[in-house]
Amino acid sequence: MSSIRKDFLHIGLFGLVYIILALLVDNSYYLLIMTIVPVWAVMGLSWNLFSGYSGLVSFGHAAFFGLGAYLVALCMVVWDLNPWLTIMLATAAGGLSALLVGIPTFRLRGHYFALAMLAYPLALLYIFEWLGYQEVALPMKRETPVLYMQFENPLAYIALALALLLAALGITSLLSHSRFGMSLLAIKLDEDAAEAAGINTLYWKLIAITISGALAGAAGGFYAVVLLVVTPLAVFGMLVSAQALIFAMFGGVGTLWGPVLGAFILVPLSELLYARYAADFPGIQGVIYGVAIIAVILFAPEGILWKVRSILKPGQFRMLGSTASITDLDADESLLAVSQGGSGEKILEVIGVSKAFGGLQATDELSFAVKQGELLGIIGPNGAGKTTLFNLLNGFIKPDKGEITFQGQSLRKKRPNRICAMGIARTFQVAKPFTHLSVLDNVVIGAYVHTRSKEEASRHASAAIKLVGLENQCALPGANLTNKELRLMELARALASLPKLILVDEILAGLDPDAMQEMLVVLEKVRKLGITIVIIEHSMQAMVQLVDRFIVLDHGALLAEGRPEEIVKNPQVIEAYLGKKWLEND
Amino acid sequence: MDSLQFLENILQSLVAGLLMGSMYGLMCVGLTIIFGVMRVINFAQGEFMMLGMYFAYFCFAWFGTYAFFGGLWFPFFLALLAGPAVFLVGVLLHRLLINAVTGRRGNKLEAQGHYAQLVLTLGIALVLQNGGLFLFGSTPVSVANELSYSAWEWGPMVGDRVSVFVNQAQTISGLLALVVVIGFAVLMGKSRLGKSLRASADNPDAAIYMGINVDRAHRLAFGFGVGITAIGGGLLASNAPFQPYIGTEYVIIMYAGVVLGGLGSIRGAFLGGLSIGVLQQVSAIILPNQLQNTVIFICFLIIILFRPQGFFGNKDRTA
Repeated sequence: MSSIRKDFLHIGLFGLVYIILALLVDNSYYLLIMTIVPVWAVMGLSWNLFSGYSGLVSFGHAAFFGLGAYLVALCMVVWDLNPWLTIMLATAAGGLSALLVGIPTFRLRGHYFALAMLAYPLALLYIFEWLGYQEVALPMKRETPVLYMQFENPLAYIALALALLLAALGITSLLSHSRFGMSLLAIKLDEDAAEAAGINTLYWKLIAITISGALAGAAGGFYAVVLLVVTPLAVFGMLVSAQALIFAMFGGVGTLWGPVLGAFILVPLSELLYARYAADFPGIQGVIYGVAIIAVILFAPEGILWKVRSILKPGQFRMLGSTASITDLDADESLLAVSQGGSGEKILEVIGVSKAFGGLQATDELSFAVKQGELLGIIGPNGAGKTTLFNLLNGFIKPDKGEITFQGQSLRKKRPNRICAMGIARTFQVAKPFTHLSVLDNVVIGAYVHTRSKEEASRHASAAIKLVGLENQCALPGANLTNKELRLMELARALASLPKLILVDEILAGLDPDAMQEMLVVLEKVRKLGITIVIIEHSMQAMVQLVDRFIVLDHGALLAEGRPEEIVKNPQVIEAYLGKKWLEND
Repeated sequence: MDSLQFLENILQSLVAGLLMGSMYGLMCVGLTIIFGVMRVINFAQGEFMMLGMYFAYFCFAWFGTYAFFGGLWFPFFLALLAGPAVFLVGVLLHRLLINAVTGRRGNKLEAQGHYAQLVLTLGIALVLQNGGLFLFGSTPVSVANELSYSAWEWGPMVGDRVSVFVNQAQTISGLLALVVVIGFAVLMGKSRLGKSLRASADNPDAAIYMGINVDRAHRLAFGFGVGITAIGGGLLASNAPFQPYIGTEYVIIMYAGVVLGGLGSIRGAFLGGLSIGVLQQVSAIILPNQLQNTVIFICFLIIILFRPQGFFGNKDRTA
């Protein structure tokens, strides 16, 4: 809580200083710049709130800005509506249009997402030109100027712009310190891991783009009031989206003050140079923005604030987020226990599941069941389809054929985060830590599946960390862990989601014998809590002493099934692992 | 409008679309090479096209009168020459800027440097387009000669009706674009250089172990990519007026074509560009002129949302 309070104190101070500064200036051109700068800072914050936190680059924020601007302008021209009302409508329109853009566009990731976003404002640009709105001027209202936000005193505009900026800052601060901020960070760091840890990635991305679009819509609406003229190029043009991105990137991506810093440096600089050199050098603004962003990418890839930080605190690893505190470490491991009802009943059933990738049959008519409370080992040679099976079980991929049920419920239409919430957690063959988050935060992310409360989430996370024995590594960043610690941390993240079933993917791979023993002890503890475990492993040896039952996969099909002592003697299994020759010699 | 008139309009648009599309296709090929080899989305591609256009324009303005090829053919010759010229610009920019965030260096950055690449090329686009405004002015110009205003008549095909008029400059440009694409495809497929580019694209690390200089391969790929797009721009310059901001419009056209064809495939990019050209011209029959580009953008969105792997490529590379 204290970090939010600190932010609000800073925001308040900032507002105060800005107003005092505005009172001291009496050059009307400077006052205009002081009105414009906060508007662009809001655009930077808007872009940052979505792209900076989620890592999905938007080149299309001009769409929301432009719709806001045109809405305010056209409502005033056509229906005589006042901007006090229409800026609110513009905010809603920005949010709604962003939501509508997000729903189809979030099917895409990376490059494709950025490209698709570029197309929206440009399509709108031509549509508005075609509609005949090449230039919409706001009429002067001499009788009731205040109602139409037409003030004589430029300080009034500055106050409004500042109010908008302070609101945007407040929203960003509140959101970034909440579950929202954690979820988006997790998405940015590893979307698959986030989804598997029970984060509904689509939901959080939609929330983020909606709020972000609303801020952009408000900024656009206010821009129309200040500049009094709206043209398609000025509000939907490439430069608008680019500016939003540039301010945030220049100041510091994913920070509260970065976008503000970026706007406060670059807007006045480009405006003043434009005023002086526009006659000889018409494109000077664009050149400045271009050079600024090139310089940032080359010399401070994540913005000035991060660069300054790394200079002030050299050698310190950059950490993001910090919702959980380490003082909760007296949590009891039994928090994670699963009630033992119906031990021995089928908890998970796989019925005739097939999955092919092109010509490769990764899973072939596979059927088996997992009993409540058991520890089932899945073994098989390389390429037997073990990890594909886990991906099918936790919903990353959907079967071509067949059915998977968990506690009687079909998983067919469930997204991975839903499956996690139902009680299936997993770890990964190649560990997927959130590298820039502390171990504790890594685990807390898993804990948000079943609770909205930060306190409860950190309690569950603490219990899980205690169980795997990472208490002393809690504050380290995910990137600094050893192989064993990484695997323990993933296990803790899975446990924090209070699973009934854990899918463990090659957790022993690459561990030395001692570490392997430690890991086996931890797994035994997990089993004692009543949690069902399905574990994929390469080597049979370590597993024989651990599991209740094996299933053996070969070429995606079930080769054998049974108790460990049966499996090690099964001739088919020996053949699949060691080849026919071995059998004959034996 | 009677049916023969309609037929004539359709044929007319188809022919114009194929010719324009051939030039778009050429530009798309340039863009797709960069993506195919370097995995870099170049936002500044439209600006390199613009450089090609102005290269043709200024050479024509300065040397046009001394043209030893005869004034009629000189613009097309200059368009081809824009390729090597912009190739040099591209190689230089790669060495100075782009190399810092791509390839093995990019791999060390967040998200393999994708974030940085998108933003860096956006910065380059802004500098080129606004610097262009300073250097070249904002008045639209063109490299027009008599060929731009003359047409061959095909027909009449039905009685005395249904004639298709093909603009001569457009025809020559379209055919030249096709020749350049085929030439480049042969170069990529057969030569040692092409093989090293493809190897670097397939697996940069393995290529290094095989003794291929991947940095150099990337530099050449970037140079070829922007050079080829510049040729497309030079050819287009004899057909339509342009100004320094023209790149933004065309970058979407190029991406539409490239995504349509499947990112990274040369054949796909050309066919994609061709389809976009046809779509643009045919849509003009029913829709007002201003909406031509909107149609392309909307098609682009539909393709990218529902079939991001494209239609002519063969690999799914959505991630």
